[in-house]
Amino acid sequence: MNEFLHMGGYARFVWPSYALTLAIVVLNIIWARRSLARAVRTRAAACCAVVQP
Amino acid sequence: MDLVSSACFPPHVYALATRLTPWFAWPAAALILAGLYAGLVLAPPDYQQGDGFRIIYVHAPSAWMSLMVYVTMATAAAVGLIWRMKIAHAAAASCAPIGASFTVAALVTGSLWGRPMWGTYWDVGSAPDVRAHPALLISRVYGIALRDRRCAACRSRERITGGRGSSQRADHSLFRPVVELSASGAVSHEAAKPEMPAAMLIPLLMMLAGFTFFFVALLLVRLRGEILRRERSAAGSARL
Repeated sequence: MNEFLHMGGYARFVWPSYALTLAIVVLNIIWARRSLARAVRTRAAACCAVVQP
Repeated sequence: MDLVSSACFPPHVYALATRLTPWFAWPAAALILAGLYAGLVLAPPDYQQGDGFRIIYVHAPSAWMSLMVYVTMATAAAVGLIWRMKIAHAAAASCAPIGASFTVAALVTGSLWGRPMWGTYWDVGSAPDVRAHPALLISRVYGIALRDRRCAACRSRERITGGRGSSQRADHSLFRPVVELSASGAVSHEAAKPEMPAAMLIPLLMMLAGFTFFFVALLLVRLRGEILRRERSAAGSARL
């Protein structure tokens, strides 16, 4: 396990690369879902504003 | 043509996007997880670069995303301009943040790979880095696309004139050949060996496929948001 984490001496280049890419993948999921949720919320608000008067 | 316009009718696209998303998201997750295991554990170390070569399994898919999203964005923008197709503008706008973030990933993982292999994170003067400059150019274009996406005025102008944001996105596709040349340079550099053993190549292909599916899933989710936003502002201007 230690040997795996050591990555043949390249650990300090390999793991930051993987960590950054993972972070960007996860952030993209969060951003995309949040962007959709925001659009749904604003639409709901806009719809009721039209209906009520 | 009736078929096309009915297929591109935003509510139809919205419903289709909702149904299709899991069909891309789950294969993406499966391919990426399997590719990570195969790339980090099963693939043998490279005969020259040792375990350092494993950066390829995140760098190449990120660079691939950066280019693929870019080409998709340019094509969608051009389609939107030529055929005045609202849904194409929405797709182009959805691409920008995805492409921009993966361009950052490609640039950073590329320099993390460059440090042990070339001896420097960023070498402006020498041949290997020629490929990094087009990547910077791409990130600039994504920056412009992102800025236009944020501006509501651009969006309403998009409806009237076919879109300045979109014409810019389409114009910048002129840079595409530059990037592809540099990418083929990168391929010849990074895969200088005549053939890559299957144990190394298969995880790479899994990661590339996984990221492609991931992009489609992200695009479908973002597209739904863009459709809602655009329909809403269309309804808003109709009321005015």
